[in-house]
Amino acid sequence: MHPVLTLVVQRVALGFLLLLAVSAVIFLGVAALPGDTAQAILGQSATPQALANLRAEMGLDQPPLTRYFNWLGGVLTGDLGTSISNGTDIATAIGQRLGNTLFLAFWAAVISVPLAILLGLVAARYNGRWPDKLISGVTLSTISLPEFVVGYLVLYFLAVKWQLFPSVAMVFPGMGLMERLNAVILPVIVLVLVVLAHMMRMTRAAILNVMQSAYIETAELKGLSPMKVIWRHAFPNAIAPVVNVVMLNLAYLVVGVVVVEVVFVYPGMGQYLVDHVAKRDLPVVQAVGLIFAAVYIGLNILADVISILANPRLRHPK
Amino acid sequence: MTDPLDRMIAAAQAGRMSRREFVGRTTALGLSAGLASALFTKAAHAQPKKGGLIRMGMQGGESTNSLDPALAASEVPFAVNYTWGEMLVDVSAGGEVVMRIAEEVSANADATEWKFKIRQGVEFHNGKTVTAEDVVATLRRHTDEKSQSGALGIVQGISEMSAEGDMVTLKLASGNADLPFLLADYHLVIQPNGGVDNPTEGVGAGPYKVVVHEPGVRHGFEKFANYFDDTIGHADQTEILVINDGTARTSAVQSGQVHMINRVDPKIAELLKRAPGVQVKSVPGRGHYVFIMHCDTAPFDNNDLRTALKLAINRQEMVDKILGGLGSIGNDFPINAAYPLFDDSIPQREYDPAAAADHYAKSGHDGSPIILQVAQGAFPGAVEAAQLFQQSANAAGIPLEIKREPDDGYWSNVWNVAPFCASYWGGRPVQDQMYATAYLSTADWNDTRFKNAKFDELLLAARAELNSDTRKATYSEMAKMVRDEGGLILPMFNDFVEAVRDEVQGWEPDPNGELMNGRAHVKCWLA
Repeated sequence: MHPVLTLVVQRVALGFLLLLAVSAVIFLGVAALPGDTAQAILGQSATPQALANLRAEMGLDQPPLTRYFNWLGGVLTGDLGTSISNGTDIATAIGQRLGNTLFLAFWAAVISVPLAILLGLVAARYNGRWPDKLISGVTLSTISLPEFVVGYLVLYFLAVKWQLFPSVAMVFPGMGLMERLNAVILPVIVLVLVVLAHMMRMTRAAILNVMQSAYIETAELKGLSPMKVIWRHAFPNAIAPVVNVVMLNLAYLVVGVVVVEVVFVYPGMGQYLVDHVAKRDLPVVQAVGLIFAAVYIGLNILADVISILANPRLRHPK
Repeated sequence: MTDPLDRMIAAAQAGRMSRREFVGRTTALGLSAGLASALFTKAAHAQPKKGGLIRMGMQGGESTNSLDPALAASEVPFAVNYTWGEMLVDVSAGGEVVMRIAEEVSANADATEWKFKIRQGVEFHNGKTVTAEDVVATLRRHTDEKSQSGALGIVQGISEMSAEGDMVTLKLASGNADLPFLLADYHLVIQPNGGVDNPTEGVGAGPYKVVVHEPGVRHGFEKFANYFDDTIGHADQTEILVINDGTARTSAVQSGQVHMINRVDPKIAELLKRAPGVQVKSVPGRGHYVFIMHCDTAPFDNNDLRTALKLAINRQEMVDKILGGLGSIGNDFPINAAYPLFDDSIPQREYDPAAAADHYAKSGHDGSPIILQVAQGAFPGAVEAAQLFQQSANAAGIPLEIKREPDDGYWSNVWNVAPFCASYWGGRPVQDQMYATAYLSTADWNDTRFKNAKFDELLLAARAELNSDTRKATYSEMAKMVRDEGGLILPMFNDFVEAVRDEVQGWEPDPNGELMNGRAHVKCWLA
């Protein structure tokens, strides 16, 4: 087997192991909380008999290890259980919320990733001159503001004052694509502003680092234009760190945007999780925790794999 | 007609003037009060325009909400249930019982047996006709502990219920003159066969049918064509959007995405008034912000100490600073003018540091700091209110120490557990229910541990009394008992502060609840 392939397979296998470990930690964490699901359902009026009955019915009287494997088996077959606070099927409810979150994250990523890399290239090209300072200044200010401040500013100017876009980013099934895009435009703007600086700065730094190398000097000496040097010779060698930062930001777009969801009333995963934590709805908390962990681990594995593939020393071993 | 009158009629039509204000001003012009009131009704209800889509943006909904009316516990489910559901009776803004599914109510002399005549031809959304059996089945479901109904305390006083033809008969264990008010409770939506088969079905006899039910996000409705009452339900469609963030809610009404919002932060009410196209409405309600002491726990078991603390709070300052003036001062009993049979002659307790110091000295308290537990979530501005209280008490030489608690778990770990903490009450439609919920010796929610046999006796006597003068006198006596001996420090009653867009017509203040008691979208129309 090609050594790169071995490396990739190893990484992916490690990722799955990690996910399994995380699932155990989530399960243990939730199990360690005082009170259990049966108690949460019955509330303060719980009698010992009713508790015992409900525990037997829900299988909560079994040893933790059995319950863990039952839960894990359910997860693998797509059965996440039912929510205790409103009795709905968790998988269905999460499916819709996750779809919304991914929709928002997708459009924020489609705009922010190319834009950040392009701005990073430009900043590296004009290192230390005004385009570099302007780009760095603007993106660093937007990342320095807390995201809810950016959200409120965007809300005030674009929705209330000039009334260009809707302030409430409510999406629902049956909405057309254009309608949906119009609804999410403000949160997308905010998310782009929030994640732009990180990726842009990393692209710039990685390229400037590579620019010190001897082969860049060679490329310059053979008369290539500066942009071409960066694009053809510097950027491919700077991909690994950039990909890592891009993936971290993508993960943030999926799992960390609860504040933006609240400001724009967007029905995503974050709000869903917060509501259920407040209600002590443990099966939902477990399920959402696992999904967030899976997204995070998955994107990081993807980053690793891309870095491996982008490394010529690994692709063409001696 | 004179010009000012025209202007006032226009204002009433636009919903910018309340009935009281309109009558007050027009009688000043020489109109009789009766004529003025009739004129207001005509102006305010001038040809409701049918059609359109009314949207409300509301705080108070979570993704854990259910369509089962028994489980409703916050503002969005209340409004949602009123949209698709119909009640047996309702309570008007003026505090009178209004007939809905029942068309006639009568009681025997000691108010122990009640008869409700069911309106003919009222239809559920599934095409079935509402029968007396459905009403009984509904009430019965709420008496079952398994339904976890919030109305259990209300219906468990009914010892016998029966349906015969179009008549529902309810027999009570002890007389209750307020029964119709209690049956207007938001949990008691009449469902087909009582909702026993599927409580979360969302099928009722209300003005709108459920089209979209996305808890915590959006609730969409369309007009039910066979609704029995064409004086309400003007819009073709209506939507309730759950917008829990204050700024997002305000922006939504400013940008016209919703027509009405609840819970405008008093701090920004003045600013929002200046926004074009939006009116801010401040409606006195029955909700109140309180500090509660357990009368049976040291040091609060000493009435002198309790009185000292009651005298050491500056009520007007609280209303001005915590409510931004959008509220009224309290008098240490949980009743105000929004209740029927309120006695306004009970003297107002004022901030009196000298008298507070006297009582404090008399209580013989050892001078150790008195701990007040408070969380931001107890009521908006609770921590700031506690700080104001601390300062005004210090001026009287009473050492208060504030202990901040997390919002999370406050209602289960601190409220009704700790001997001195901040809290909030939403009020009840009638005095009896308020006192029975929190001041009766045996009440679960007796959060001041106020136990007084005489008080309990008076409460039961007033409950079965059909003569309203006698009842009023009894309630006045009870109010004084709570005020002078209870563990309740009630500095302020908060108004409902709401924002309504100019195109909304037919808006009237309703002390029963936010947004016209959760029915603004059903009763208003768009110009």
